[in-house]
Amino acid sequence: MKHLLTLRDTSAEEIQNLLELGAAFQEVINRPVKKVPTLRGKAMITLFYENSTRTRTSFEMAAKVMSAEAINIAVAQSSVAKGESLKDTVLTLQALKADCIVMRHSISGAPMFASQRLGIPVVNAGDGRHEHPTQGLLDMLTIKQAKKGLAGLNVAIVGDITHSRVARSNVWGLTKMGVNVRLVGPRTLMPADAHLMPVKVYDNLQAGLDGVDVVNVLRLQTERMDKGLLPTLREYSRLFGISQKSLKFADKDVLVLHPGPMNRGVEISADVADGAFGINSAVETQISNGVAVRMAVLYTLMGGSGSPSTEA
Amino acid sequence: MKLILTGGRVVDPSQSFDSLASVAIANGVIAGIFTGDIPAEFADAEKIDVTGKTVTPGLIDIHVHLREPGFEYKEDIESGTRAAAAGGFTRVCCMPNTNPAIDTAAVVRQILERTQQVGSAVVHPIGAATRAMAGDQLTEMADLKGAGACAISDDAFPLQHADTVRRVMEYCKMLDLAFLTHNEDKRLTEKGAMNEGIQATIMGIPGMPAVAEDIAVARNIMLAQLTGCHLHLLHISTKGTVDLLRQAKAAGAPVTGEACAHHWALTDEACIGYNTDAKMNPPLRTPEDCEAVKLGLADGTIDCIVTDHAPHAGYEKEVEFDAAPFGILGLETSFPLVYSTLVKPGVLSFSDAIAKMTYIPAGILKLGDGVGTLQVGAPADIAVLDLDAEWTIDRDKVQSKSKNTPFHGMKVQGKAAFTVVGGRVITL
Repeated sequence: MKHLLTLRDTSAEEIQNLLELGAAFQEVINRPVKKVPTLRGKAMITLFYENSTRTRTSFEMAAKVMSAEAINIAVAQSSVAKGESLKDTVLTLQALKADCIVMRHSISGAPMFASQRLGIPVVNAGDGRHEHPTQGLLDMLTIKQAKKGLAGLNVAIVGDITHSRVARSNVWGLTKMGVNVRLVGPRTLMPADAHLMPVKVYDNLQAGLDGVDVVNVLRLQTERMDKGLLPTLREYSRLFGISQKSLKFADKDVLVLHPGPMNRGVEISADVADGAFGINSAVETQISNGVAVRMAVLYTLMGGSGSPSTEA
Repeated sequence: MKLILTGGRVVDPSQSFDSLASVAIANGVIAGIFTGDIPAEFADAEKIDVTGKTVTPGLIDIHVHLREPGFEYKEDIESGTRAAAAGGFTRVCCMPNTNPAIDTAAVVRQILERTQQVGSAVVHPIGAATRAMAGDQLTEMADLKGAGACAISDDAFPLQHADTVRRVMEYCKMLDLAFLTHNEDKRLTEKGAMNEGIQATIMGIPGMPAVAEDIAVARNIMLAQLTGCHLHLLHISTKGTVDLLRQAKAAGAPVTGEACAHHWALTDEACIGYNTDAKMNPPLRTPEDCEAVKLGLADGTIDCIVTDHAPHAGYEKEVEFDAAPFGILGLETSFPLVYSTLVKPGVLSFSDAIAKMTYIPAGILKLGDGVGTLQVGAPADIAVLDLDAEWTIDRDKVQSKSKNTPFHGMKVQGKAAFTVVGGRVITL
C-alpha cells in the first residue's frame, strides 16, 4: 500500500497485517530502551492544520522509536497562514526531501488531494469528518486483544456521529473484520442516510447498548458542532452519557473505548473514564496501542529495513 | 449580403418543419426555406454546402455566466461567446453576479458594447434584483430594462426573505420582466458542499439537502401566484421541485422552469474522490432526482434546457473540496449531452430538444420577434449541427478560458459544426 488515507479503501488483509505488525511493535515500546534502527535516515513530516497534541505526539514518538526524523509543522507557524495553497505546501515538503507526510486537515479529502500530487506516502491523521484511519486501527487492536478476536462482536459507537471521522473509520474497519456495528446518538447528530451504511442506527441509548461487547464513546466535539444541534450538554449527558448506570444496558464485561480527549461528566462519567468499580476502561491502553499501530503504519509505508524487532 | 445554406436537413420546431431544404439569408434575417429549387434572386448568394448536417435555429442559452466585468481571468465576453458558438449557441443571456453586478444601466450598456466589439453570439444581460445583489434595495429595473436587460435574477445570491421576494416580484410585474430565481434556503445548506445523502455522509462532506431547494421553490411559487409576476425557476435539480412546478402549472400559476444537462446526466457519485469539477450549486443529486428531471422535460413541466455555464480558473478548483468554488462549464457540452442522453435514448424527440433550446427559452424571456426560429424575417441566427459526429469531450480543447468540466473524457455524439449570427458566419 502506498498511502493510508481511509479504512474504507484498505482491504481486510491489509488491516490484518497492520494489526499484527502493531502487536509486534508493542514489544518494542515496552522495552526500557525503546529504539530500533528500522527507519533510520527517513524523515516524517507531520502537517497539522488542526490542533492536536495527542495524535501528533503519537506519530512523533512512533517515528523516533524507529530512528526516523520527525518534523512537525503546525499551520499557524508556516507559510500556510499567509494563504499558500495546499498543493504548494505539500509539494514544498516533498521537495524538502520528506519521506512521508502525516496530515491532519479540517476539510475532508485533503490528504487524498495531497496523495494525488505527491510521490511520497501520505498518512491521513484525520480529515474533517471523513476518516481517522490510525485511530480506527488502534481501536481495533485494543478490542481484538481485550476480547481475543473481532468477528461476531457487537460494538456501539456513541455520540456525535455526524461530525466524527473516528466513527466512520471504525465503521469501515470493524465491519470488514466481521463486527456488528451500531451507531448511537441524537438524531440531530446522526448523518443523512446513516442506515445505508452497514450499521444499525439508534437514537436511544438503552436500545443501542443492549448486550453490546464494546462501547466506543465519542467526544462531544464542540468546535465542530454548529450551534443549536443540542439544547444543552446537560440533556445530552442525561440521554447519552456513558456512566456506570448506562453501562448496565450492555454486556457485563463491556469494554469502554474513548478516542480522547475526554469531557468528564459530559459524554463519559469520571468513574467510567477512570475504570472504577471494575469497569473495563481501555483509554490508556488505546494510547499506547496508538504508538505501536503508527509504528506499523510508518514501517509499512516508508519501507523500513530489517524486521520490526531488530535490536538497536 | 446574401447567404444560402444548401443540402442540409432543416429542422425548425417552431414551424414543425423537418426536411431536406436550403435556408436563405438576406440582410441579416431569414429570407426563406426552400425544399425545391433555389429561387433566382439567390443565384448570387454566397453558398455554403451543409450536406449531411442538420440546420436548426441558433441555440439559445438563457443562463450563462460570462464573468465580465470583474472576473475576466475565468472568462470574458469574447471567450464566453466563442465557447457559445462552439456549442451551437447564437444567443446567450448573462447573469448579473459580475463585479460590478449588472445592477445599473451603465453595466448593461458596457456588456452590450463589448459584445458588439468582440462577441461571437448575441448577448442579453440579465439585471440584478437588488443593488450589489445584497438582498436589500431594489435596482432601477426600469432603467436596466431600458438599457437592454431582458429579465431580473438573484442567481448566486438567492433572496432569503419572503418580503423582499414579494417586492421584487411586484416591481417586475409592473415592468413586465420575468424574475429568474436561484432556489435555495441558505440556512439549510449552510457550509454544504454537495448533495446531502449517503455519498456526502461517506465522504464526510457537509450536505445540501434537496428540501432546501424545494422550500424556496414553494415560497417563490406562492408569491408568484400572489403577485402575478412571471417566475422562472433556475437550474431545477430535485424531484420535489419538478413536482411543485407541475402542480403550479396545473393550477395556472405564471411559472416556468429550466434544467441543466448535469442535473439529469450525473449523480452525486460524480463527487467521489473529492472531484471539484463535480461541485456546483445546486449540487448533483440522486438517480431519483435525475429521473424526475428527465420526466419533467419529457412531459413539458420543465420548459427549456440551459447550461449555467460557470467557468472558474484551474487554481481555484484545484483545492480542498469544501474550499472550491461552485460551478462547471456547460456551453460546449450541452448540445452533445442533450443529443446523447435525451434524444438518442428517446426521452425527447430531436425537435422537442431543439425547441427547448431555441424558441421556447426565447419566448420565456421575450427576446424578440422570431428569435429562436427560422421563420421569414427572424434574425439570421443559425446552428449547423453534425448529428453523426462521435467524439470525446476534452477540456484541453475548449474555447472557454477555463477547464472545469466533469465531462472530460466522456464519449458523446453530436457536435456543432458552425453558427451564423445575424447573417454572419462565425469562425473560431
